[in-house]
Amino acid sequence: MRKPEPVQVIKTRRDAALRGLVESVPYIQFLGVEFDRRGDELTAVLPYRDDLIGNPMLPAIHGGVTAAFLEITSIIELTWSSLWTDMEDGKLVSDVPLPMPKTIDFTVDYLRTGLPRDAYARARVNRSGRRYASVHVEAWQDNHDRIFAQATGHFLMPTREDG
Amino acid sequence: MQPILDVLAKPAKAATDGTMSTENDRTKIARQFIEAIPYSRALGMSLEEIGDGVAIISMPYDKRFVGNPATGVIHGGAVSALMDTCGGAAVMSHGDAPAGTATIDLRIDYMRAATPGQRIRARAECYHVTRSVAFVRATAVDDDDENPVAAATGAFTFQRAKGA
Repeated sequence: MRKPEPVQVIKTRRDAALRGLVESVPYIQFLGVEFDRRGDELTAVLPYRDDLIGNPMLPAIHGGVTAAFLEITSIIELTWSSLWTDMEDGKLVSDVPLPMPKTIDFTVDYLRTGLPRDAYARARVNRSGRRYASVHVEAWQDNHDRIFAQATGHFLMPTREDG
Repeated sequence: MQPILDVLAKPAKAATDGTMSTENDRTKIARQFIEAIPYSRALGMSLEEIGDGVAIISMPYDKRFVGNPATGVIHGGAVSALMDTCGGAAVMSHGDAPAGTATIDLRIDYMRAATPGQRIRARAECYHVTRSVAFVRATAVDDDDENPVAAATGAFTFQRAKGA
């Protein structure tokens, strides 16, 4: 059997794959969403900015910001989990943009007001078939127990051949 | 989407002198309020029509809003923001004059990719209100207005003014 790779090589490869994915999408950069990685577990982070406000009187984060944050988290998680095996096998070609899943529908529950603070989100792929996937995502701010929004989305997976 | 949109439901004070310009003034003030919402402004939204529970808001194509770098198609998240803003504006313009509103839930169906380079225009209609809930449906189109890009349905809070 081959010798296990040094941990730093593995980390560098995973971080590069994640960075490539996230940095390739202009809207993720526009919103300023970042991703923390622990092994294969991703946490999306939305650093607070004044232009994310939807109601200056409260003030509260715009519902559209929350929806976009949840959708970004879902799509990145879905793409990340589907490329994991190829990445681990060193089969990813880094200079071609990865095909992304397409959103079929996305339903957001607004549970609490989004406060003018950083927000975090994690998505779980409940089902990922060859064609369709179903993803659930939750977002919180100061306390992980107090989810401020959640969503379920359905996605059309990219066909491997048409890359 | 809350009390700042008050103005949508009530005629502006300055325009209650019975002049013909009341409706135009309301639309103008509503436009200023919506375009002053920081995130709506960041996305370049502009209010085209408002009144009686219906709102039309459009958003320009911008390379920064792209979700799929391979195709240049706008990210669903930007369309969500447009639908949410438009839905909230429709609720605020309802004849029962709510004091405020907030989104309870919003479902968006993405029917086709918006054509890169084209403006997206959303039309939301608040088709029913109860004592505390407003029901909204919305569609978004690009230049091909016969084939919607996306459709949305949502429930919003309907905060009635005290004593109403």
